[in-house]
Amino acid sequence: MALKRIMPCLLYDGVGLVKTVKFRNPSYIGDPINAIKIYNEKEVDELILIDINASKQKRKPNFDKIADMASEAFMPFAYGGGVKTFDDFATLYKIGIEKVVVNSLIQENPEVIKKVVAHYGAQAVVACIDFKKPLFGAKAPYSYMGYKIKQDLSEYARYLANDLGVGELMLYSVDNDGTWEGFDNEIIKRLIHEVEVPVIACGGCGNIDHLKTVLYDVNANAAAIGSMAVYSKKGMGVLINFPNRESVIKE
Amino acid sequence: MIVIIDYGIGNLASVLNMFKKIGVADVKISGRAEDIEAADKLLLPGVGAFDAGMKHLEQSGLLPVLNRKVLEQKTPILGICLGMQLLTRWSEEGQLPGLGWIDAETLKFNPDPALKLKVPHMGWDYIQVKRENKLVDTESRNRFYFVHSYYVKCFDEAQSLATSHYGQDFTCMVNKDNIFGAQFHPEKSLKFGMSILENFSKL
Repeated sequence: MALKRIMPCLLYDGVGLVKTVKFRNPSYIGDPINAIKIYNEKEVDELILIDINASKQKRKPNFDKIADMASEAFMPFAYGGGVKTFDDFATLYKIGIEKVVVNSLIQENPEVIKKVVAHYGAQAVVACIDFKKPLFGAKAPYSYMGYKIKQDLSEYARYLANDLGVGELMLYSVDNDGTWEGFDNEIIKRLIHEVEVPVIACGGCGNIDHLKTVLYDVNANAAAIGSMAVYSKKGMGVLINFPNRESVIKE
Repeated sequence: MIVIIDYGIGNLASVLNMFKKIGVADVKISGRAEDIEAADKLLLPGVGAFDAGMKHLEQSGLLPVLNRKVLEQKTPILGICLGMQLLTRWSEEGQLPGLGWIDAETLKFNPDPALKLKVPHMGWDYIQVKRENKLVDTESRNRFYFVHSYYVKCFDEAQSLATSHYGQDFTCMVNKDNIFGAQFHPEKSLKFGMSILENFSKL
Protein backbone atom coordinates (compact mmCIF):
# COMPACT_ATOMS: atom_id res chain seq x y z
CA MET A 1 0.00 0.00 0.00
CA ALA A 2 2.85 2.38 -0.90
CA LEU A 3 5.07 2.47 2.17
CA LYS A 4 6.10 5.78 3.71
CA ARG A 5 9.34 7.07 2.26
CA ILE A 6 12.41 8.80 3.70
CA MET A 7 14.80 10.44 1.29
CA PRO A 8 17.89 12.62 1.37
CA CYS A 9 17.36 16.02 -0.24
CA LEU A 10 20.76 16.99 -1.58
CA LEU A 11 21.64 20.51 -2.61
CA TYR A 12 24.06 20.97 -5.46
CA ASP A 13 25.73 24.23 -6.45
CA GLY A 14 26.85 23.16 -9.90
CA VAL A 15 30.16 21.78 -8.61
CA GLY A 16 29.60 19.88 -5.40
CA LEU A 17 27.07 19.20 -2.69
CA VAL A 18 26.33 21.99 -0.23
CA LYS A 19 24.02 22.49 2.73
CA THR A 20 22.21 25.70 3.59
CA VAL A 21 20.61 27.17 6.70
CA LYS A 22 17.33 28.95 5.92
CA PHE A 23 18.35 28.82 2.25
CA ARG A 24 21.52 30.86 2.99
CA ASN A 25 25.22 30.32 3.63
CA PRO A 26 25.83 27.16 1.61
CA SER A 27 28.59 25.08 3.20
CA TYR A 28 30.55 22.65 1.06
CA ILE A 29 29.74 18.98 1.72
CA GLY A 30 31.52 16.97 -0.95
CA ASP A 31 31.25 15.05 -4.16
CA PRO A 32 27.74 13.94 -5.13
CA ILE A 33 28.77 10.62 -6.71
CA ASN A 34 30.47 9.45 -3.55
CA ALA A 35 27.45 10.45 -1.52
CA ILE A 36 25.09 8.59 -3.86
CA LYS A 37 27.20 5.43 -3.60
CA ILE A 38 26.85 5.60 0.18
CA TYR A 39 23.09 6.20 -0.02
CA ASN A 40 22.73 2.99 -2.05
CA GLU A 41 24.31 1.12 0.84
CA LYS A 42 22.07 2.93 3.32
CA GLU A 43 19.03 1.78 1.32
CA VAL A 44 17.38 5.17 1.04
CA ASP A 45 13.92 5.03 -0.51
CA GLU A 46 14.52 7.76 -3.00
CA LEU A 47 16.94 10.59 -3.73
CA ILE A 48 16.27 14.26 -4.45
CA LEU A 49 18.97 16.48 -5.88
CA ILE A 50 18.37 20.20 -6.31
CA ASP A 51 20.77 22.43 -8.22
CA ILE A 52 20.23 25.60 -6.18
CA ASN A 53 22.12 27.87 -8.58
CA ALA A 54 20.94 26.80 -12.02
CA SER A 55 17.84 29.01 -12.19
CA LYS A 56 19.55 31.95 -10.48
CA GLN A 57 22.50 31.76 -12.86
CA LYS A 58 20.17 31.16 -15.80
CA ARG A 59 22.00 28.04 -16.85
CA LYS A 60 20.85 24.61 -17.98
CA PRO A 61 21.01 21.57 -15.71
CA ASN A 62 24.45 19.99 -15.85
CA PHE A 63 23.16 17.01 -17.86
CA ASP A 64 26.50 15.18 -18.10
CA LYS A 65 27.07 15.30 -14.38
CA ILE A 66 23.45 14.34 -13.66
CA ALA A 67 23.78 11.34 -15.97
CA ASP A 68 26.89 10.27 -14.05
CA MET A 69 24.98 10.57 -10.80
CA ALA A 70 21.96 8.71 -12.17
CA SER A 71 24.20 5.85 -13.27
CA GLU A 72 25.09 5.28 -9.62
CA ALA A 73 21.59 5.77 -8.18
CA PHE A 74 19.83 2.42 -7.81
CA MET A 75 16.75 4.02 -6.35
CA PRO A 76 14.25 6.49 -7.80
CA PHE A 77 16.08 9.74 -8.46
CA ALA A 78 14.42 13.16 -8.56
CA TYR A 79 16.19 16.22 -9.94
CA GLY A 80 15.32 19.93 -9.82
CA GLY A 81 17.03 23.13 -10.91
CA GLY A 82 17.19 25.07 -14.18
CA VAL A 83 14.66 22.86 -15.97
CA LYS A 84 12.87 25.17 -18.41
CA THR A 85 11.87 23.45 -21.64
CA PHE A 86 10.09 20.26 -22.65
CA ASP A 87 13.40 19.06 -24.08
CA ASP A 88 15.09 19.62 -20.71
CA PHE A 89 12.55 17.27 -19.12
CA ALA A 90 12.93 14.74 -21.95
CA THR A 91 16.71 14.74 -21.58
CA LEU A 92 16.50 14.19 -17.83
CA TYR A 93 14.10 11.26 -18.15
CA LYS A 94 16.30 9.76 -20.83
CA ILE A 95 19.45 9.88 -18.69
CA GLY A 96 17.78 8.08 -15.80
CA ILE A 97 15.89 10.68 -13.76
CA GLU A 98 12.47 9.37 -12.62
CA LYS A 99 11.01 12.64 -11.40
CA VAL A 100 11.71 16.27 -12.19
CA VAL A 101 11.17 18.81 -9.41
CA VAL A 102 9.78 22.14 -10.62
CA ASN A 103 9.72 25.42 -8.73
CA SER A 104 10.49 28.67 -10.58
CA LEU A 105 9.11 27.14 -13.79
CA ILE A 106 5.65 27.16 -12.17
CA GLN A 107 5.63 30.97 -12.44
CA GLU A 108 7.56 31.18 -15.68
CA ASN A 109 5.83 28.60 -17.85
CA PRO A 110 3.06 26.50 -16.31
CA GLU A 111 1.98 25.32 -19.77
CA VAL A 112 5.16 23.34 -20.29
CA ILE A 113 4.55 21.57 -16.98
CA LYS A 114 1.05 20.55 -18.12
CA LYS A 115 2.51 19.29 -21.37
CA VAL A 116 5.10 17.18 -19.54
CA VAL A 117 2.43 15.75 -17.21
CA ALA A 118 0.29 14.81 -20.22
CA HIS A 119 3.21 13.15 -21.98
CA TYR A 120 5.16 11.45 -19.18
CA GLY A 121 2.47 11.08 -16.52
CA ALA A 122 1.83 12.90 -13.26
CA GLN A 123 4.27 10.73 -11.32
CA ALA A 124 7.16 12.19 -13.33
CA VAL A 125 6.69 15.72 -11.97
CA VAL A 126 7.05 16.98 -8.40
CA ALA A 127 6.21 20.59 -7.56
CA CYS A 128 8.23 22.19 -4.79
CA ILE A 129 6.62 24.88 -2.65
CA ASP A 130 9.15 26.98 -0.73
CA PHE A 131 7.28 28.69 2.07
CA LYS A 132 8.17 31.05 4.91
CA LYS A 133 6.76 33.59 7.31
CA PRO A 134 6.99 37.12 5.92
CA LEU A 135 7.71 40.06 8.18
CA PHE A 136 3.96 40.67 8.37
CA GLY A 137 1.13 38.23 7.79
CA ALA A 138 0.71 34.50 7.37
CA LYS A 139 3.24 32.01 6.04
CA ALA A 140 3.22 32.14 2.26
CA PRO A 141 4.75 30.49 -0.79
CA TYR A 142 7.84 32.19 -2.17
CA SER A 143 9.38 32.00 -5.59
CA TYR A 144 12.91 30.79 -5.85
CA MET A 145 14.04 34.34 -6.60
CA GLY A 146 12.65 35.43 -3.25
CA TYR A 147 9.38 37.18 -4.01
CA LYS A 148 6.09 36.30 -2.43
CA ILE A 149 3.66 34.38 -4.61
CA LYS A 150 0.21 35.97 -4.85
CA GLN A 151 -1.83 32.88 -3.99
CA ASP A 152 -1.92 31.76 -0.38
CA LEU A 153 -0.46 28.37 0.52
CA SER A 154 -3.72 26.43 0.23
CA GLU A 155 -4.70 27.98 -3.09
CA TYR A 156 -1.23 27.42 -4.44
CA ALA A 157 -1.15 23.77 -3.39
CA ARG A 158 -4.54 23.13 -4.99
CA TYR A 159 -3.46 24.94 -8.16
CA LEU A 160 -0.38 22.73 -8.49
CA ALA A 161 -2.19 19.46 -7.80
CA ASN A 162 -5.46 20.14 -9.60
CA ASP A 163 -4.71 22.62 -12.39
CA LEU A 164 -1.14 21.72 -13.30
CA GLY A 165 -1.73 18.07 -12.39
CA VAL A 166 1.67 17.33 -10.86
CA GLY A 167 2.03 13.96 -9.14
CA GLU A 168 3.53 15.07 -5.84
CA LEU A 169 4.04 18.17 -3.75
CA MET A 170 7.24 18.86 -1.88
CA LEU A 171 6.65 21.32 0.95
CA TYR A 172 9.91 23.01 1.87
CA SER A 173 9.99 25.30 4.93
CA VAL A 174 12.62 27.98 4.35
CA ASP A 175 12.47 29.06 8.01
CA ASN A 176 13.14 25.53 9.26
CA ASP A 177 15.81 24.65 6.66
CA GLY A 178 19.04 23.56 8.33
CA THR A 179 17.77 24.23 11.87
CA TRP A 180 17.41 20.58 13.03
CA GLU A 181 14.33 21.71 14.96
CA GLY A 182 11.66 19.71 13.19
CA PHE A 183 9.31 20.02 10.24
CA ASP A 184 6.66 22.71 9.99
CA ASN A 185 4.02 20.18 10.98
CA GLU A 186 1.20 22.70 11.16
CA ILE A 187 1.52 23.87 7.56
CA ILE A 188 2.21 20.38 6.24
CA LYS A 189 -0.86 18.99 7.98
CA ARG A 190 -3.03 21.77 6.59
CA LEU A 191 -1.81 21.32 3.03
CA ILE A 192 -2.18 17.53 3.12
CA HIS A 193 -5.89 18.12 3.59
CA GLU A 194 -6.00 20.45 0.59
CA VAL A 195 -4.73 17.96 -1.99
CA GLU A 196 -5.01 14.29 -2.84
CA VAL A 197 -1.51 13.87 -4.26
CA PRO A 198 1.32 12.53 -2.10
CA VAL A 199 3.14 15.13 -0.01
CA ILE A 200 6.86 15.20 0.76
CA ALA A 201 7.73 17.16 3.91
CA CYS A 202 11.03 19.02 3.81
CA GLY A 203 12.98 21.43 5.96
CA GLY A 204 14.07 21.16 9.57
CA CYS A 205 14.35 17.46 10.31
CA GLY A 206 16.80 16.83 13.14
CA ASN A 207 15.98 13.45 14.64
CA ILE A 208 14.04 10.20 14.38
CA ASP A 209 11.10 11.57 16.35
CA HIS A 210 10.66 14.36 13.84
CA LEU A 211 10.37 11.71 11.13
CA LYS A 212 7.87 9.61 13.09
CA THR A 213 5.73 12.66 13.82
CA VAL A 214 5.62 14.00 10.28
CA LEU A 215 4.99 10.58 8.69
CA TYR A 216 2.52 9.09 11.16
CA ASP A 217 0.88 11.93 13.15
CA VAL A 218 0.90 14.58 10.44
CA ASN A 219 0.52 11.82 7.83
CA ALA A 220 2.90 13.06 5.13
CA ASN A 221 3.64 10.37 2.53
CA ALA A 222 7.35 11.05 2.56
CA ALA A 223 9.95 12.99 4.49
CA ALA A 224 13.05 14.58 3.04
CA ILE A 225 16.10 15.13 5.19
CA GLY A 226 18.94 17.54 4.45
CA SER A 227 21.32 18.23 7.33
CA MET A 228 20.73 14.83 8.90
CA ALA A 229 21.86 13.14 5.71
CA VAL A 230 25.12 15.08 5.40
CA TYR A 231 26.28 15.95 8.94
CA SER A 232 27.08 13.66 11.83
CA LYS A 233 25.27 15.96 14.29
CA LYS A 234 24.16 19.55 14.52
CA GLY A 235 27.22 21.79 14.36
CA MET A 236 29.49 18.81 13.66
CA GLY A 237 31.44 17.66 10.64
CA VAL A 238 30.34 16.26 7.31
CA LEU A 239 29.20 12.65 7.38
CA ILE A 240 27.08 11.08 4.66
CA ASN A 241 24.61 9.06 6.68
CA PHE A 242 20.99 8.10 7.03
CA PRO A 243 18.73 7.23 9.94
CA ASN A 244 17.84 3.61 10.51
CA ARG A 245 14.77 3.18 8.33
CA GLU A 246 13.37 0.27 10.36
CA SER A 247 13.19 2.45 13.46
CA VAL A 248 10.77 4.79 11.67
CA ILE A 249 8.79 2.99 8.97
CA LYS A 250 5.81 0.88 10.00
CA GLU A 251 4.64 -1.87 7.70
CA MET B 1 25.14 -12.51 -23.45
CA ILE B 2 22.13 -10.67 -22.02
CA VAL B 3 20.45 -8.39 -24.54
CA ILE B 4 18.34 -5.51 -23.29
CA ILE B 5 15.88 -5.14 -26.13
CA ASP B 6 15.94 -1.64 -27.61
CA TYR B 7 12.67 -1.05 -29.39
CA GLY B 8 12.65 2.70 -28.96
CA ILE B 9 10.85 2.84 -25.64
CA GLY B 10 11.85 3.11 -22.02
CA ASN B 11 14.93 3.96 -20.06
CA LEU B 12 17.41 1.26 -20.99
CA ALA B 13 20.40 2.83 -19.27
CA SER B 14 19.16 2.14 -15.71
CA VAL B 15 18.93 -1.60 -16.30
CA LEU B 16 22.35 -1.68 -17.93
CA ASN B 17 23.83 0.32 -15.04
CA MET B 18 22.54 -2.15 -12.52
CA PHE B 19 23.92 -5.14 -14.42
CA LYS B 20 27.30 -3.39 -14.51
CA LYS B 21 27.08 -2.68 -10.80
CA ILE B 22 26.57 -6.35 -9.96
CA GLY B 23 29.46 -7.30 -12.19
CA VAL B 24 27.53 -8.80 -15.11
CA ALA B 25 29.66 -7.53 -17.97
CA ASP B 26 28.25 -9.42 -20.92
CA VAL B 27 25.22 -7.19 -21.42
CA LYS B 28 24.25 -5.21 -24.45
CA ILE B 29 21.47 -2.81 -25.38
CA SER B 30 20.41 -3.71 -28.90
CA GLY B 31 17.53 -3.63 -31.33
CA ARG B 32 19.29 -5.76 -33.94
CA ALA B 33 17.92 -9.19 -34.82
CA GLU B 34 21.45 -10.71 -34.99
CA ASP B 35 22.15 -9.70 -31.39
CA ILE B 36 18.84 -11.05 -30.19
CA GLU B 37 19.50 -14.26 -32.10
CA ALA B 38 22.84 -14.57 -30.30
CA ALA B 39 21.51 -13.71 -26.84
CA ASP B 40 21.24 -16.32 -24.14
CA LYS B 41 18.97 -14.07 -22.07
CA LEU B 42 16.61 -11.29 -23.02
CA LEU B 43 15.35 -8.35 -21.08
CA LEU B 44 12.24 -6.47 -22.21
CA PRO B 45 12.00 -3.08 -20.50
CA GLY B 46 9.36 -0.46 -21.19
CA VAL B 47 7.44 2.50 -19.90
CA GLY B 48 4.46 4.29 -21.36
CA ALA B 49 1.34 3.16 -23.15
CA PHE B 50 0.57 -0.43 -24.16
CA ASP B 51 -0.22 0.24 -27.83
CA ALA B 52 2.84 2.43 -28.22
CA GLY B 53 4.90 -0.45 -26.84
CA MET B 54 3.37 -3.06 -29.15
CA LYS B 55 3.61 -0.75 -32.15
CA HIS B 56 7.29 -0.11 -31.49
CA LEU B 57 7.90 -3.84 -31.09
CA GLU B 58 6.17 -4.57 -34.38
CA GLN B 59 7.92 -1.78 -36.25
CA SER B 60 11.26 -2.96 -34.91
CA GLY B 61 10.77 -6.11 -36.97
CA LEU B 62 11.92 -8.16 -33.99
CA LEU B 63 8.74 -10.12 -33.35
CA PRO B 64 9.65 -13.18 -35.46
CA VAL B 65 13.08 -13.57 -33.85
CA LEU B 66 11.63 -12.93 -30.38
CA ASN B 67 8.90 -15.53 -30.85
CA ARG B 68 11.46 -18.05 -32.03
CA LYS B 69 13.89 -17.34 -29.20
CA VAL B 70 11.33 -17.28 -26.41
CA LEU B 71 8.81 -19.91 -27.51
CA GLU B 72 10.99 -22.41 -29.39
CA GLN B 73 14.49 -22.01 -27.98
CA LYS B 74 13.14 -21.25 -24.49
CA THR B 75 15.59 -18.39 -23.97
CA PRO B 76 14.92 -16.80 -20.57
CA ILE B 77 13.23 -13.42 -20.85
CA LEU B 78 12.35 -10.88 -18.17
CA GLY B 79 9.78 -8.19 -18.91
CA ILE B 80 9.87 -5.15 -16.66
CA CYS B 81 6.92 -2.82 -15.98
CA LEU B 82 5.24 -2.24 -19.39
CA GLY B 83 7.54 -5.01 -20.60
CA MET B 84 5.68 -7.42 -18.28
CA GLN B 85 2.28 -6.15 -19.43
CA LEU B 86 3.26 -6.69 -23.08
CA LEU B 87 3.72 -10.40 -22.26
CA THR B 88 -0.04 -10.68 -21.67
CA ARG B 89 -2.80 -11.22 -24.24
CA TRP B 90 -4.22 -7.70 -24.25
CA SER B 91 -4.60 -4.57 -22.17
CA GLU B 92 -7.51 -2.40 -21.21
CA GLU B 93 -5.21 0.47 -22.13
CA GLY B 94 -5.00 -0.30 -25.82
CA GLN B 95 -6.45 -1.97 -28.90
CA LEU B 96 -3.47 -3.98 -30.11
CA PRO B 97 -3.02 -7.59 -29.02
CA GLY B 98 -0.15 -8.27 -26.66
CA LEU B 99 2.54 -10.93 -27.10
CA GLY B 100 0.26 -13.46 -25.37
CA TRP B 101 3.16 -15.45 -23.93
CA ILE B 102 1.59 -15.22 -20.50
CA ASP B 103 -2.04 -16.27 -20.13
CA ALA B 104 -3.22 -13.02 -18.61
CA GLU B 105 -4.78 -9.66 -19.33
CA THR B 106 -3.79 -6.16 -18.28
CA LEU B 107 -6.40 -4.07 -16.47
CA LYS B 108 -6.60 -0.52 -15.14
CA PHE B 109 -6.51 0.10 -11.41
CA ASN B 110 -9.91 1.32 -10.35
CA PRO B 111 -9.67 1.66 -6.58
CA ASP B 112 -12.72 2.23 -4.43
CA PRO B 113 -13.00 6.06 -4.08
CA ALA B 114 -13.41 5.60 -0.33
CA LEU B 115 -9.82 4.35 -0.18
CA LYS B 116 -8.55 7.64 -1.66
CA LEU B 117 -5.83 5.86 -3.57
CA LYS B 118 -4.17 7.69 -6.41
CA VAL B 119 -3.48 6.07 -9.73
CA PRO B 120 -0.68 5.53 -10.71
CA HIS B 121 0.41 3.33 -7.86
CA MET B 122 3.77 4.91 -7.11
CA GLY B 123 6.15 3.92 -4.34
CA TRP B 124 7.68 1.02 -2.45
CA ASP B 125 5.80 -2.11 -1.49
CA TYR B 126 6.50 -5.56 -0.17
CA ILE B 127 5.62 -8.57 -2.32
CA GLN B 128 4.33 -12.04 -1.50
CA VAL B 129 6.04 -14.76 -3.49
CA LYS B 130 3.67 -17.66 -4.17
CA ARG B 131 5.97 -20.49 -5.12
CA GLU B 132 9.59 -21.58 -5.34
CA ASN B 133 11.41 -20.06 -8.30
CA LYS B 134 14.87 -19.03 -9.38
CA LEU B 135 14.48 -15.25 -9.30
CA VAL B 136 13.12 -14.34 -5.90
CA ASP B 137 13.10 -16.00 -2.50
CA THR B 138 9.69 -17.15 -1.23
CA GLU B 139 10.59 -15.92 2.25
CA SER B 140 11.45 -12.53 0.78
CA ARG B 141 10.74 -9.50 2.93
CA ASN B 142 12.13 -7.37 0.15
CA ARG B 143 10.53 -4.17 -0.99
CA PHE B 144 10.35 -2.95 -4.56
CA TYR B 145 9.65 0.31 -6.36
CA PHE B 146 6.45 0.49 -8.43
CA VAL B 147 5.10 3.06 -10.87
CA HIS B 148 2.05 1.85 -12.80
CA SER B 149 -1.60 2.57 -13.58
CA TYR B 150 -2.37 -0.89 -15.01
CA TYR B 151 -1.91 -4.33 -13.49
CA VAL B 152 -1.76 -7.88 -14.76
CA LYS B 153 -4.49 -10.40 -13.99
CA CYS B 154 -3.60 -14.00 -14.79
CA PHE B 155 -6.21 -16.31 -16.33
CA ASP B 156 -3.97 -19.17 -15.29
CA GLU B 157 -3.25 -18.51 -11.60
CA ALA B 158 -0.23 -20.80 -11.77
CA GLN B 159 1.49 -18.13 -13.87
CA SER B 160 1.13 -15.53 -11.10
CA LEU B 161 4.45 -15.75 -9.30
CA ALA B 162 4.07 -12.97 -6.74
CA THR B 163 1.47 -10.48 -5.60
CA SER B 164 1.43 -7.10 -3.98
CA HIS B 165 -1.40 -4.94 -2.69
CA TYR B 166 -2.80 -1.59 -3.75
CA GLY B 167 -6.44 -1.34 -2.80
CA GLN B 168 -6.62 -4.95 -3.98
CA ASP B 169 -4.19 -7.82 -4.38
CA PHE B 170 -2.57 -7.83 -7.79
CA THR B 171 0.00 -9.95 -9.60
CA CYS B 172 3.36 -8.20 -9.54
CA MET B 173 5.48 -11.02 -10.99
CA VAL B 174 4.58 -13.59 -13.62
CA ASN B 175 6.34 -16.74 -14.71
CA LYS B 176 5.76 -19.53 -17.16
CA ASP B 177 8.73 -21.75 -17.95
CA ASN B 178 11.48 -19.45 -19.29
CA ILE B 179 9.25 -16.36 -19.29
CA PHE B 180 9.34 -13.93 -16.35
CA GLY B 181 7.85 -10.53 -15.70
CA ALA B 182 8.13 -7.95 -12.94
CA GLN B 183 5.68 -5.08 -12.61
CA PHE B 184 8.06 -3.16 -10.34
CA HIS B 185 11.41 -1.73 -11.33
CA PRO B 186 14.24 -3.98 -10.12
CA GLU B 187 16.73 -1.48 -11.57
CA LYS B 188 15.45 1.15 -9.12
CA SER B 189 14.94 -1.15 -6.13
CA LEU B 190 18.36 -1.05 -4.46
CA LYS B 191 19.91 -4.39 -3.46
CA PHE B 192 16.47 -6.04 -3.56
CA GLY B 193 16.23 -5.44 -7.29
CA MET B 194 19.90 -6.28 -7.77
CA SER B 195 19.32 -9.75 -6.40
CA ILE B 196 16.57 -10.36 -8.99
CA LEU B 197 18.74 -9.20 -11.88
CA GLU B 198 21.67 -11.18 -10.51
CA ASN B 199 19.53 -14.34 -10.24
CA PHE B 200 18.22 -13.74 -13.75
CA SER B 201 21.77 -13.40 -15.08
CA LYS B 202 22.55 -16.84 -13.63
CA LEU B 203 19.54 -18.67 -15.11
